[in-house]
Parts: sequence; structure tokens; C-alpha cells
Amino acid sequence: MSQTGSNKDVSEEHLPSARATEHDGTVEAAGNPFADPGLPPHEHRVQDIDERAAKRSERTVALLFTVSMLATVAFIASYVIFPIDKIIYVFPVGHVSALNFSLGLTLGVALFCIGAGAVHWARTLMSDVEVADERHPIEAEPEVKAKVMADFRQGAAESAIGRRKLIRNTMFGALAMVPLSGVVLLRDLGPLPEDKLRHTLWEKGKLLVNQNTNEPLRPEDVVVGSLTFAKPEGLEDDAHDFQSEIAKAALMIVRIQPEDIKDKRELDWSHEGIVAFSKICTHVGCPVSLYEQQTHHVLCPCHQSTFDLTDGARVIFGPAGHALPQLRIGVNKDGYLEALGDFTEPVGPSFWERG
Amino acid sequence: MSTTTAADNRRKAPRGERVADWADGRLGIYSLAKTNMRKIFPDHWSFMLGEVALYSFIIIILTGVYLTLFFVPSMSEVEYHGSYVPMHGIRMSEAYASTLDISFDVRGGLLIRQIHHWAALVFLAAMFVHMMRVFFTGAFRKPREVNWLFGFLLFVLGMFTGFTGYSLPDDLLSGTGVRFMEGAILSVPVVGTYLSMFLFGGEFPGHDVIPRFFSIHVLLLPGIMLGLLVAHLILVFYHKHTQFPGAGKTNKNVVGMPLLPVYMAKAGGFFFLVFGVIAALSALFTINPIWALGPYRADQVSTGAQPDWYMGFSEGLIRAMPGWEVVLPGGYTLALGVFVPLMVFPLVLAAIAVYPFIESWVTGDKREHHILDRPRNHPVRTGIGAAWISWYLVMLIGGGNDLFAIHFHLSINAVTWFVRIAFFVVPVLVFIATKRICLGLQRRDRDKVLHGRESGIIKRLPHGEFVEVHEPLSQEQLHTLTQHEQRKPLEAGPEVDENGVKRKVPRVQKLRAKLSRGFYGENTQIPKATPEEFKEISSGHGHH
Repeated sequence: MSQTGSNKDVSEEHLPSARATEHDGTVEAAGNPFADPGLPPHEHRVQDIDERAAKRSERTVALLFTVSMLATVAFIASYVIFPIDKIIYVFPVGHVSALNFSLGLTLGVALFCIGAGAVHWARTLMSDVEVADERHPIEAEPEVKAKVMADFRQGAAESAIGRRKLIRNTMFGALAMVPLSGVVLLRDLGPLPEDKLRHTLWEKGKLLVNQNTNEPLRPEDVVVGSLTFAKPEGLEDDAHDFQSEIAKAALMIVRIQPEDIKDKRELDWSHEGIVAFSKICTHVGCPVSLYEQQTHHVLCPCHQSTFDLTDGARVIFGPAGHALPQLRIGVNKDGYLEALGDFTEPVGPSFWERG
Repeated sequence: MSTTTAADNRRKAPRGERVADWADGRLGIYSLAKTNMRKIFPDHWSFMLGEVALYSFIIIILTGVYLTLFFVPSMSEVEYHGSYVPMHGIRMSEAYASTLDISFDVRGGLLIRQIHHWAALVFLAAMFVHMMRVFFTGAFRKPREVNWLFGFLLFVLGMFTGFTGYSLPDDLLSGTGVRFMEGAILSVPVVGTYLSMFLFGGEFPGHDVIPRFFSIHVLLLPGIMLGLLVAHLILVFYHKHTQFPGAGKTNKNVVGMPLLPVYMAKAGGFFFLVFGVIAALSALFTINPIWALGPYRADQVSTGAQPDWYMGFSEGLIRAMPGWEVVLPGGYTLALGVFVPLMVFPLVLAAIAVYPFIESWVTGDKREHHILDRPRNHPVRTGIGAAWISWYLVMLIGGGNDLFAIHFHLSINAVTWFVRIAFFVVPVLVFIATKRICLGLQRRDRDKVLHGRESGIIKRLPHGEFVEVHEPLSQEQLHTLTQHEQRKPLEAGPEVDENGVKRKVPRVQKLRAKLSRGFYGENTQIPKATPEEFKEISSGHGHH
């Protein structure tokens, strides 16, 4: 870069002394001092005047293209050599898949070197003389416009669309109606809502089954400070509609000292301080799952709605609009926790018909 | 005689020319090449932002086609028995299982997945920055308003293609995003539950949403985008590229270098640079490691759930909005806490999309503009653009309020309240500050023109005074700094006519005049140096 070659390679016209007179930017006092001086004269690059520099650029470009070829060979070699499950340590990225790492880097180098070669070629060896092209207005000349309008009027007149209004109106009517078929066809995308969002699998007598152990819960399994997730008895993980059912029925169970429960109904619906609330956030339906033992607050990790489980799970912060629905629970004759009915209000996000 | 010479000519023509002749006889390629082969493109680094977007789109299509060869868009549940041992025996959808297979059983599949996702992030980012470049330089002005809308639509569709795309693996994180979408749809008054049932084929999540997202993601949206992209590029060719002001550059010419060979090599080469960098990124930085997230289950979630960055501002809206909920008489619920953000989301985007039309209405300017504005010469526009960006960033912070709270040891409530207030306050402050900075820069331009460039050389005068030597600018620089037009506000017309009778000025006219005063009235620009001022200073008492 720094080497410009000896003077004998440089023709006279490119020497600074010869070029200085072409354009020295002096302003004629009489004219507008801010006038556009026109395109500045072309400044030669070292490659334009020194063949050795040009040769060097040529070699650089060829080297980049060659590196690209080698990288492609390396890509194929990596594909063959590395088993897919081989993990290697690479500083500073850490433990990575050897195959992914080598394929990605060789592909990256192969592509990048083609690009770098092409750009270097363009910047150093292709002509960098700036050329001006004319622009023409986008809008048509008045004659063209007049011709188009005349053609249009003639065409419209020949169709008689303006005169025969009956044809025009019925055509518009037909064109407006025919897309309705397409709309009708969308009807079977899904069932109507009806009261589907109002009911869950919970009903009187259904046992509360621990999500982790798959065993029915007893009151003594739920200790103060613990958070237990439960599902209704009979809902197995491999059931066809498991996802849609658990999306409504998921339950969150905690035990609070009965004297700490502020809400009367909550206390009535609990069993010895064990309360069961819907796990589905009333904001947009994330599972609420961050439980603060000391305050009995639960936080939704998605949008940070916070509910107070000692006070009917009312919203104390965040974007949720109403409290988490509570499930009324009791203990059956065998000593297991059971539901005393379904939720009395829809679980999850609000909707128009919710009421 | 003539037949033999024609035959001779045909024999002499090189093979490439004969192929071109064949094509020309059928496609008319010579007329096309006549205007385009040596088409002039101006050069500026910011013009490559759109190219980054274009090339990442091509990369996304190439890698996306590869991924469809292995991905199974099905929500049928299977038990996993592939190569990734920690997931053995776990129930998951076929979509998730096939994504694991792409990552662990298809050699190079992980790389292609990573390139696909990285390219999507780069695509959206490049479109965003490209859009800002066009905005701040006024490149959206006539005749390019329609192309601005095409570009805007590409950005919006890109967001939804991204969302449907990252939802496909059916992992715990993306499923949470889909659930969020379901909650948002449910909040729509009157028809919310119907829309949700129709989209999911029943109750959330059902078994239909992944296959449906798949056809939207690989067919519907990319098809529309490809059409828009082609239209966008045709218009760029047709309008010819804008250029920054400078010596020799006028509204009637385009100065630069020809497509063949310079831009063929530069732009063609740039595709490989972008692809190469994205491939290397994909080798070095893991993105969306779905194997660490686990399959989606409607009753499970992880903390720190975040959408991809371009959806972050909508996440911010929904997190910052207070949980307003109104039960109307008759037992109908209006979930404003969700529905308001859902409506503000398109409004935020529309705010920037309609700006070119507002500006052209306010200026009443019907001319074509091919010389770009320097942002400082349009303080109100630049202020509005900066305010919009700050608005967007505030929402982005809101979308990551939990991350900000954790990393900066702040209360989540404090961050949320900051976002709620900043949503209204920050854009105003940014507008004022940006406008003032622009005016300051205009003053500096004026000083530079009249007094020259500060050379940093201190001269001591014979009587002991120290002055800094100012170098006069070249004529090129003088031209560049003074070529812009300074507008005058439109008038609504006099309140009384020539007879002194009160004239009725339509309210729209009044509004237009008022806006015009806001754009170009007092305190919106510093008068640029005039040739007279310049001559007086440079001829008179010398300069310092």
C-alpha cells in the first residue's frame, strides 16, 4: 500500500504537478460563490498508474478466491471427518459441536473470500471513473397523457359500460358477491366457541393429582411454603387432547396459615389453609409459576402480573385484569384432596362473552 | 452472395453471442440490457443497508427450502428416541422431534437452522435500519412514496413471517409466544373467541396451529414478500437511485459507477460477504437452542421468556399496559389491558408509514426529489424520526423489563413504571433535543461557509492578539453546504378578502398552514449563508 513504485512507471500526466492545474477550486468573484463546480476531476488510484500495484491487487484477489476453494474442500472434509455427536472445546466460545463449528467456519470463509475478492477487484482494478447519467421525469409528457386518456375514453365508450348501467351494476354485484364463497369455505377452520372456554375437566369428586408424582394428593403432602402443581384425576399425558385440557385445568396448590387468609370466600373454599388456584394467568394465559413463600405472592414470568394468594389471588401488580379463579376443594372419605366442583368462572385470559 | 456472408458471420460469432442472439430473438434481452447493463449507481455506505436486507432474504429462502426437506409440521405426539440423550422417552410433537433431528441427526442441519434464524434477525434489522436511512434523508419523497410503502409492508410481513417461523419448532419458549397471541386474539371485542377457535381449530393449543403456521410461514407470507421485493427492486431501477448532494450532482442526473462491471462485482460480492458473515456467526454463536428449552406444554413456562427482537416492542406494550378490564352491562367483558396494546401495535408502525404523505401534504410540494436531504437541514422531520425510534426503544425496554430488572438490580415495578411514563415523555424530549441539535449543526454549517474551517493553527498578531486561522472551504464544500432549499411555511390565505369581508378559510386549510408553520416556521431552521454575506465577509475585513 505504501509503496507507490518508482517514477518511471508513472506517466507525466498523472504527476501531481500536472494535475494541479486541472481544477484548483478558485472561485470567480463575479459569479455565485456557491455555484456547483461540476464533477471533480478523477483521482487516480495507485493501481491505475503503477502496474506493480495492480499486479499486487490481482494476486490478492486470486489469493482470496483460492482460499475460498480451499475452504470448500475443508467444508467437505469436515463433513466426512467429524462425527455428528463430537463435542470440542473452543476458546472463547466454549463447548460446541465440532461438526457445526467446522462446517460453519469453512462455509463462512469460503463465501466471505469470494465476496472479499470480488469487492477488492472492483475497488482496485475496475475503472473508478464516476459517470453521470441523465434522469428523466417519471411522469409522462402531456402528449402521452392525452393519448392515453383518449384511448381510455374510446375503449370505455366502445364497451358502453357508462351507457348500459344495468350491465355495469350487475357486474359489480357479481364481482362483489363471488368472494363470499371463499369466506364461507373458512367456516370449518374450527368449531364455534359456545361454552368451551367456561368449563374445565374439574368436577365434584375429582381427585387432585400431583403433576410430578402422578399420585393423588393428601392434605399432609402440601406443607406451608411449598408450591404444588396438580391436574385432574384421569387426565393422562398421552391423552389425545391432553394439551388443550391441561391448558385450562392446570392447578397451583399452596398451604397458607388459615389466619393469614384475608378473603372470606378463599378461606371457605380452602381445606385447612390449602388453597387451589388456576395456574393459567388471567392476562394472556401463561402458566403462573413464580411463588414467593414469605408473602404468598405469585408472579407470572411472562408479563410479571403479580397475584396475592392470601387475598383471593387479586392482582397487585402488572397487566392482568382480574384475579386467578379459585377451585373449591375438600377431602374425600379416603383422605385425598378432591375438587368440590368446576371453577365457577372461566380460567385464563379475558374474552368478550366472559362477563 | 448475401446468404454466404450471413453464414460466415454466424460462424464467426462467438458462442456466447450466439446464445445471446437466441435469447434476444425470444426475450428481447438486448433492449433490456441497453438501458440497464451500464446503469449508473451512486455510491454511499448507507446504500448497502437495503442490500443486506435483500441478501439475507435470499439466504433465508435458500436455507428455508433445505429445512422443509426435514421438518415435519405436525402436532401429533411422539416419544423421542433420537440422538439427543437428555430427551429420551419424553413426549413431544413431531414438529419438535423433527427439529431435534435436524439439530442432532442431520449433518449440517444444525448449521442451516442457525443460518436461517440468524439471517432472519439480520433481515429484520437491516430492513429497520434501511427504513431509517430512507426516512432521515428524505428519500421517500416523490416519486418514491409507493416504494416506501412496499418497503414498509416488507418489514411488517417480515415480522409476522419471523413470528410464525420461530413458533414452528413447538418448543416451550415459542409455544408461550403462541399462547400470548391466543390471549391477545381473545381480547378482541365480540369476535375474539371465534377468531381464536378458527385459528387454532378449536381450543388452544389443539392440533392444527403448527401445520397452519407452516403454510403461512413457507408459502403465503414469503410469496407475498417475494412479489413486493421484486416490485421494490423494479422501482429502484426505474426511479434510479437517489444521491447525496455534492459537486456535479443535480436533481437531473445520477453520478456513480456502472452496473457492469463495478456494481456486478461489488453488489454480487457483497452477497457473499453477508452470507459468509452469517455462516460464521452461526458457527460461533448458538441461537434458539430448542433442545435446552424442552417441548411445549401448556402448563409449563420458563423465566426470561422473550420474543425475537423485532417483536420486542409489542411485548413492551403488553407488559407496560395497566390491567384495565371493564364488564359492560349485559355481561360482556372488555379486556382493555390486552386489547389496547393490540391496537397500539399497528398504530406505532402506521405512524412511521404515513409520515411521507403527511410531509408532502404539509409542504404542498409536487416536484420530484432525487437529491437526498442532510438530516440536519430538516430538523422537524429528523426530530420526528428520532422521537419514533426512541418510542420504539422505550417499548423494547418494556419488553425486556424482567431482564433489565435482573441485570441492573432494579425493581421490576420501577422498570415497568418507567416505561409507562417514558412512553409518553421520552419521544417529546427526544424530539426537542434532536431539533435543537439539528439547528446547532445548521449554525455550524453557516459558520463554516462564512468563516471557513477551523484549522487548529493559532496565530499571534503583531499587537499580541491570538487568533485561530480559518481555512476557506473549497467550492465543492461551499456548494454542498449551501445547495439545500429552505422552505417557507404555507399560508392559509388572509382572513379577510380585498373588500374587507371576512373570508371563510376551510378548517383543513388552517390545519395545513399550522402544521406547515410547525415544520418550516420560526425556530425550525437557521437561515443559510447567502452569496452576498459570503462575498462581504471574504472581500472585506479578512477572516478569522
